[in-house]
Amino acid sequence: MNTLALTAGRLNVGDAGVTAVLGYAVVFFGLVLLMCVIMIMGKAMASSGKKADTKAPAAAAPAPAAPAAPSAPPAPGSAGEIKLFDVPDKEAAMIMAIVADQMGKPLNELRFKSIKEVK
Amino acid sequence: MNILETLSKLATESGFAGFFAAGGWKNLIMIAIACVLLYLGIGKKFEPLLLVGIAFGVLLTNIPGAGLYHMGMWDAYVYECAYDPVNDYALYNTAQERAYDEMEMNYYIVARASGHTTEQIEDYFEQQAGADVTNDFLALYATCDQNAANDLAGKLKGSLSFTDIIHLGGLLDILYIGVKAGVYPCLIFMGVGAMTDFGPMIARPSSMLMGAAAQLGVFFAFFGACLLGFAGNVAASIGIIGGADGPTAIYLTTKLAPAFLGPIAIAAYSYMALIPMIQKPLMRALTTEKERKVKMEQARNVSKVEKIIFPIVVSVFVILLIPSTAPLIGCLMFGNLLRETGVTERLSDTAQNALMNIVTLFLGISVGATTVAARFLSLQTLMIVGLGVIAFMFSTIGGLLMGKIMYKVSGGKINPLIGSAGVSAVPMAARVSQDVGRESNPNNFLLMHAMGPNVAGVIGSAIAAGFLLARFGG
Repeated sequence: MNTLALTAGRLNVGDAGVTAVLGYAVVFFGLVLLMCVIMIMGKAMASSGKKADTKAPAAAAPAPAAPAAPSAPPAPGSAGEIKLFDVPDKEAAMIMAIVADQMGKPLNELRFKSIKEVK
Repeated sequence: MNILETLSKLATESGFAGFFAAGGWKNLIMIAIACVLLYLGIGKKFEPLLLVGIAFGVLLTNIPGAGLYHMGMWDAYVYECAYDPVNDYALYNTAQERAYDEMEMNYYIVARASGHTTEQIEDYFEQQAGADVTNDFLALYATCDQNAANDLAGKLKGSLSFTDIIHLGGLLDILYIGVKAGVYPCLIFMGVGAMTDFGPMIARPSSMLMGAAAQLGVFFAFFGACLLGFAGNVAASIGIIGGADGPTAIYLTTKLAPAFLGPIAIAAYSYMALIPMIQKPLMRALTTEKERKVKMEQARNVSKVEKIIFPIVVSVFVILLIPSTAPLIGCLMFGNLLRETGVTERLSDTAQNALMNIVTLFLGISVGATTVAARFLSLQTLMIVGLGVIAFMFSTIGGLLMGKIMYKVSGGKINPLIGSAGVSAVPMAARVSQDVGRESNPNNFLLMHAMGPNVAGVIGSAIAAGFLLARFGG
């Protein structure tokens, strides 16, 4: 039975070459199409995000014209803001505490710029 | 019955006797191969979750007399011909590539009743080349044990269904139904989808080009297999090894060339485990030190909404483009949707863990069971192993070359090393990019950037499989 699939449906060199090139082209076409769709989706998301941003201050404008409160100064000993990507606050706090403990330095002497989960 | 007769019967019916039967030595070799694979899986940790299962399947299926898997029965199912459950033989004329006609079936029955072996019967039909066998049948019928012939004739089965297989088959035959029906690979894909974060690819869609380019090996190996004389359907199954995606390779091979599932699955998983050894030298050879040192910019943050919309959009577009990808892409994206919605955590967790583990158990052992000695030990298996490594190498080269093009086009902002991750093999290939990148620049973290082409490669190999299925699936 082993020889069965060897003899049935053999392709000549030309057909094999055309099939290979066509297959490769189809894979490219599929992924390029998907790439375009994702790019469009990303742009649509970005523009809707911007619209939401512009609407928010506009909506806030009619609010009582109280003097804008200056942004709260960082707490004593802290080193500014940290950017969190897909990391909950609790986990971020835990990670910073562990790093500080491992390094043997107090937390307020360290500066964390961002924490991002590597998936 | 005296004691000597009993002992003699036990000895002749034991599996040990099977090693001394015609071709029994091949089973011993397969058991040795199973032990080597077990060593690679356990000792060297080569894809152990699957390789240990596959290796144990190889071991079980090649123990004479175990009767856990019946190759002849699956041949009869695939070729839709009659089946002899006594000798586990599909009544299929391999020389003529068709089911036996009535007279050939009669000849087969009397030949078996006369004590002819499978090899003798197949040689006979090869010599006959489709000529009438009536005279030979009559001559053999006159001399054979007619009771035995009638008994065998009563036991032959017509074309088989899955129900027949459940009734007649062993444990591994029953588990193999899940492979044959294409269920296990798709469920594995669901788990893969639930485990995969497509964020890096959504953040940098251009990485899809590398995922596409890294399918070069699939079509190169397909072409090479055609040149070596393999039929188109088998060549397609061999080529998909280059997709570096086990479930896709198993799915396509089950559909197109089930007789070659064992060697193709083993080659695919072995090479996936060997990815660092295959890819690193090529990556160093095809890139310059300057290119390898490139530090890539942080990709944009991808919103939760985008991640939820992504699997829906991909399912619709890819399945519309190539409908035969529906089972693979559909399950992959469904699993991913479960992950990203945030409201189906329990289902996502089940797909990633419990379901994935259960299916991996069944898939590994039943794929291993297909490596029956009589079929596995052949020149074709060596050719498949050779073509498999070529497929992996050319897929890596394709991804790297696209990476180099993107390096030039982006003005040196993209590190070409991430191109090799386009071969799929998540996340091993991305880790290799990271490792090679850090050799040149210890402060370089390419892992997240390489995950883009890496997951694009999963979609790319599913599209390649869909194309080959549409072309050769009949």
